[in-house]
Amino acid sequence: MYLADSRRPAASAAAPAPGPGRSARIAPTVLALGTVSLITDVSSEMVTAVLPLYLVTALGVTPLGFGLLDGVFNGASAVLRLLGGFLGDRGGGRHKAVAAAGYGLSALCRPALLLVRTAPLIGLVLAVDRVGKGLRTAPRDAMISLATPPEHRGRAFGVHRAMDTAGALSGPLLAFLLLRGAPGGFHAVFLVSSYVAALGVLVLVVLVPGRSLRPAPRAVVARLRLRELLRLPALRRITAGAALLGLATVSDSFVYLLLQRRLDLPASWFPLLPLGTAAVYLLAAVPVGALADRIGRRRLFVLGHGALLAGYGLLLARPGGGAVLAAVVLALHGLFYAATDGVLAAAVASAVPAGRRGAGLALVGTGQAAGRFACSIAVGALWSRWGDTVALAAMAAALTAAVAVATRLVGRAAEDGAQHPAD
Amino acid sequence: MTFGRRLLVLCTAAAVLAAAGVWTVLHASDQARGAGRTGDGPPARAGAVGLGPHGDGARLVFRSMTWGTQRDHLAAVPLDDPRGTRTVATPACLRFHAAAGTGICLQAVHGVLADTYRAVVLDADLHERRHYDLAGIPTRSRVSPSGNLVAWTVFVGGDSYAGTDFSTRTSILDTRTWTLQEDLETYAVTLDGKPYRAADTNIWGVTFADDEHFYATLATGGRTHLVAGDAVRHTLTTLHDNVECPSLSPDGTRIAYKKRVPGLSEDAPWRLYVLDLTTMAETATAEDRSLDDQALWLDDRTLTYSLPSDDGSDLWTVPADGTGTPTVLAPAALAPAVVR
Repeated sequence: MYLADSRRPAASAAAPAPGPGRSARIAPTVLALGTVSLITDVSSEMVTAVLPLYLVTALGVTPLGFGLLDGVFNGASAVLRLLGGFLGDRGGGRHKAVAAAGYGLSALCRPALLLVRTAPLIGLVLAVDRVGKGLRTAPRDAMISLATPPEHRGRAFGVHRAMDTAGALSGPLLAFLLLRGAPGGFHAVFLVSSYVAALGVLVLVVLVPGRSLRPAPRAVVARLRLRELLRLPALRRITAGAALLGLATVSDSFVYLLLQRRLDLPASWFPLLPLGTAAVYLLAAVPVGALADRIGRRRLFVLGHGALLAGYGLLLARPGGGAVLAAVVLALHGLFYAATDGVLAAAVASAVPAGRRGAGLALVGTGQAAGRFACSIAVGALWSRWGDTVALAAMAAALTAAVAVATRLVGRAAEDGAQHPAD
Repeated sequence: MTFGRRLLVLCTAAAVLAAAGVWTVLHASDQARGAGRTGDGPPARAGAVGLGPHGDGARLVFRSMTWGTQRDHLAAVPLDDPRGTRTVATPACLRFHAAAGTGICLQAVHGVLADTYRAVVLDADLHERRHYDLAGIPTRSRVSPSGNLVAWTVFVGGDSYAGTDFSTRTSILDTRTWTLQEDLETYAVTLDGKPYRAADTNIWGVTFADDEHFYATLATGGRTHLVAGDAVRHTLTTLHDNVECPSLSPDGTRIAYKKRVPGLSEDAPWRLYVLDLTTMAETATAEDRSLDDQALWLDDRTLTYSLPSDDGSDLWTVPADGTGTPTVLAPAALAPAVVR
């Protein structure tokens, strides 16, 4: 229904002129930011991969209860994401400075791990790491969107997310290779992770251009307020849609728990389940992003939740064997990420003028995170009261309703930036 | 700065960081080979260790923590001379326990890309009977007094996508039929007398009474409980609060456990307690340091448990009735079992 709109190229003031032909190159800024994310994820995933082992075997600390504060950290992270978005939009685009602060803060957490030896302090370091992540996400996505002409944003975000995921997948491998060479050398892993993180920050500082916006008109610079943002009808609808869909999006840890329990998978497979999702996400991010550019990002974002819904359905119905079904559900889960994560950022970019890009991205991200957090609480409560089948069935019903509403809500607006010729 | 100069800066920095990384790994690798740490530790010789009945008195079999080539291997000492010469056998285990000629050894398997873990059921000559792949890092293991049932607990999670959300997984294996109950979280739970179900339950630290009944820790909603378990009926029933890593006395009347004592610092929160199962009275032992271990009863009066040391762990001992003072039972040792 809005297929025609998406083909209409929108004028872009901030982005470089679209390249000749349909296969325009990926902007150097996007590749640079992708590299930063890749390197940073190598660094952080090296640590997360060995942390339980370090706690149990080297420190003799039980890792149970580390997840208890997850909700609190996530809440703090969401608030900081808003802050990062708003700060980044100030003064004609300080996205790079805010992102660098976020990446830098997280980088400082790696050597800090060498100094702390008790569970509460390690928890604190992990929390600061989250703070950095919260701060940098929105300005980074703003820079990606500002460096890319609107009609290629889906693909650009796909490229970034693929590079990000590649880093997340290779970090643990590097960590275990190091531990192979130096058994028990956890401090060596943390040190190397620190060097890698430093390199990531350096790539950001050296290769990513500084000013992401033209000097903006005074009115925009003066004051960025949440209320102003909410006056943008398209943004309001996307935020509502993302939050609504988030309310029915079961968190990853629940998905893997459900997979293992309901399909009776061997226990030894459990650590491999997230790799399945990540591998599919890695492979699908770019093509699905490009597809979003063709058929409409908002539409694909909503459709992507159909993949998740299909996954819920398969987990409920359980047709056929465990291994095959698990592979299908993981593939759907990976596709869900490919169709929703970068695609949502691309969709938001087109609904918000350049001067408020960071704040707009942060708002939608926060809305989505809030929805997912509420969903986790609801799933936990349903599971406790009536068991996992009821919890899953309720989420499937909720997601069906959310997709139906979001289709109307998000899809009704003219697609992708056509509304904002000034964009 | 021109693009060329930027690239130069970046490459230089990358080269410096790479060099630092290589040096770090080489240095750590040297340390891991035990440079400057050989020759220490209790006297040891290689030899055969048996878990079956034998004539020369009770023995303590455990994971040797002495640095060098025999680290992690199973070692045995006479129970009446635990600091004497050790006999060190072949299997390497992270966690170990044994009873009535059956041993359980949770070990690391060094793979190309990552370490994996397996549970190996051992016969009386420490030969493998069967092994099972594990979902995470081993933490506790126990064999029932008859040698028929085996239980283990591993930590799972902590990977990138599950965030920092760790959980435990506890399994029970019947070595007569090789039936594996992979996850005790599927058991029906009765909490404070009422049926209970939650996604956040964690169960760990099984200790067997016989081939049907056992005790364990169940954690949910931020609290821990002692549960009485039934491996045939698949039920767990809470008995007492604030109990972790229970260990049943040989006469079946008391539970030694670690208790999270209010007011202690977060990094040393536990003390070793004994619970009388008839009166539900708690007795603090004379050990006033925090411990993180599932204690072992050497007999009906004496406990042994691990405390951190330069070697990673020493075994200490203290009377179960709250008297006496803690003393070192065996240095450089972890995960013991008494073999009679």
